[in-house]
Amino acid sequence: MAEPFLIGDGMTGGYGAADILHNCTIAVEKGQIAVIVGPNGAGKSTAMKAVFGMLKLRGGRVVLDGEDITTLTPQARVHKGMGFVPQTHNIFTSMTVEENLEMGAFIREDDFADTMAQVYDLFPILKEKRHQAAGELSGGQRQQVAVGRALMTRPKVLMLDEPTAGVSPIVMDELFDRIIEIARTGISILMVEQNARQALEIADKGYVLVQGANRFTDTGKALMADPEVRRSFLGG
Amino acid sequence: MDILNALVAFLNFVFIPGLAYGSQLALGALGVTLIYGILRFSNFAHGDTMAFGTMVTILVTWWFQSIGIGFGPLPTALLALPFGIAATAALLLLTDRAVYRFYRKQKAAPTILVIVSLGVMFVMNGIVRLIIGVEDQSFADGARFLITAGDFKTMTGLTEGLAIKTTQAVTVVTAGLTVAFLFWFLQKTRTGKSMRAFSDNEDLALLSGINPDRVVQVTWILAAAMATIAGVLYGLDKSFKPFTYFQLLLPIFAAAIVGGLGSPLGAIAGGFVIAFSEVMVTYAWKKVATYLLPDSMAPDGLLQLMSTDYKFAVSFSILILVLIFMPTGLFKGKSV
Ligand SMILES: Nc1ncnc2c1ncn2[C@@H]1O[C@H](COP(=O)(O)OP(=O)(O)OP(=O)(O)O)[C@@H](O)[C@H]1O
Ligand SMILES: [Mg+2]
Repeated sequence: MAEPFLIGDGMTGGYGAADILHNCTIAVEKGQIAVIVGPNGAGKSTAMKAVFGMLKLRGGRVVLDGEDITTLTPQARVHKGMGFVPQTHNIFTSMTVEENLEMGAFIREDDFADTMAQVYDLFPILKEKRHQAAGELSGGQRQQVAVGRALMTRPKVLMLDEPTAGVSPIVMDELFDRIIEIARTGISILMVEQNARQALEIADKGYVLVQGANRFTDTGKALMADPEVRRSFLGG
Repeated sequence: MDILNALVAFLNFVFIPGLAYGSQLALGALGVTLIYGILRFSNFAHGDTMAFGTMVTILVTWWFQSIGIGFGPLPTALLALPFGIAATAALLLLTDRAVYRFYRKQKAAPTILVIVSLGVMFVMNGIVRLIIGVEDQSFADGARFLITAGDFKTMTGLTEGLAIKTTQAVTVVTAGLTVAFLFWFLQKTRTGKSMRAFSDNEDLALLSGINPDRVVQVTWILAAAMATIAGVLYGLDKSFKPFTYFQLLLPIFAAAIVGGLGSPLGAIAGGFVIAFSEVMVTYAWKKVATYLLPDSMAPDGLLQLMSTDYKFAVSFSILILVLIFMPTGLFKGKSV
């Protein structure tokens, strides 16, 4: 079988001397949605940072579209077509919504007005609030700014760390719909989610991480159906 | 009672000097706040950076004067200013390359960088004193007054005169233009926005592909411009003495902190708060009071809260009050 579009393969490493990730593998196919779930502190965010080059790996490799990018800096990965929305501090709070999007497009030399229009189409509320400081928005709106900022480079793969953290169930459904919409345009989505049930429902592929290692890996549907996964991670 | 004369006396001795001094402090504080917001440390060398820029400007001014170049009624120093800014920018970029970059690479804590800047301060201090000496230097030329007290009296028929020195007018106008340029730059240009982004959230700025080296360089260049302009305006208005510039560090930091470190608007507000407080507390209000009060209540004393020798106590007191009650300053900067 051909290699997935983006894969963090057998990643081992951590922030200091102690390893957080142990031979951990996560991947996403072109235009698909892959979801990572697991208990708090399992290393989900760490795995995402590792894939984005924000962490030194002691073992394993990261491959994007057949090219080994293990040694590239995060900035270089942005140039290669990867976008990342961190779990926290993912917007410029003192800048307006529009400026946030402009900063997302910083590396682009061409006219990005059409991309901005697409982001506004996807998240109409942002257009309404485009001259407001992003820090003054609600939690759900901030997450939209964060996703919008990452979309401005027109990435081929978008990595989202808990995009629905701290938003109401209605807004969460709304955000999931938007994420599916993004995936339909051919962008691969690798996402960490706390709301495991909803996330696995829309996932083509699911990963359950525990203590920095893969516990279960399967399609979203299969994981939802697995009694052990249900009992331990989906609350029955 | 004579409200008009009281008002003129107030304008002449409090408002106009305060406005000019406030503009100078605001420009100084803008440099400090810019460096704090982006490089994330309090730059103790800023006062001596001002001294260096002013010194170069003075040397070029003298040279211009010696070959007969002047600026009509305006100070020749304004023509020399771009040279002062260029030399100071070069010095700061060089310092960054030789000193600060090393600590940035190590991700040194802000307290370490503060001490490093203290070292840089002593070196700059020495350079300036070696080149131009420790004495007072006066370099203002051109017309001395925009309006003299005598002219004003004949014009209005009031007993009290209002004098506006050319250097005061030049200070306010130049500071206004400089601030307008800085805000335009930060708000509207791509580089300016990337600097604000970097100041707001460094990690996310890196993830957005913003080049940190470029942001740092532009910051130093802007800081050099702000420092030199502030220093030259102060020197024109008062006089140039290296030690005075070192002392200016206190009111400038007080201004930046009162306004909220990292906030450019705050730096400007802080500059005026400190300047007016200093001028008002050290001004002898006897004259104004005599005009306002009936003769029977005429004050005996000078009505001066504090002698000018203690003016630094004013900055200190405001600084401490702000740190206790409003640690992030008037404009919600970063807490110190
Ligand atoms: N910057 C850091 N420096 C050192 N250790 C860290 C750092 N960030 C996280 N860790 C540690 O790494 C482990 C995994 O953390 P991580 O943030 O990856 O978990 P997570 O699965 O994303 O949890 P959550 O669901 O709470 O977001 C934890 O033990 C945490 O203490
Ligand atoms: Mg996490």
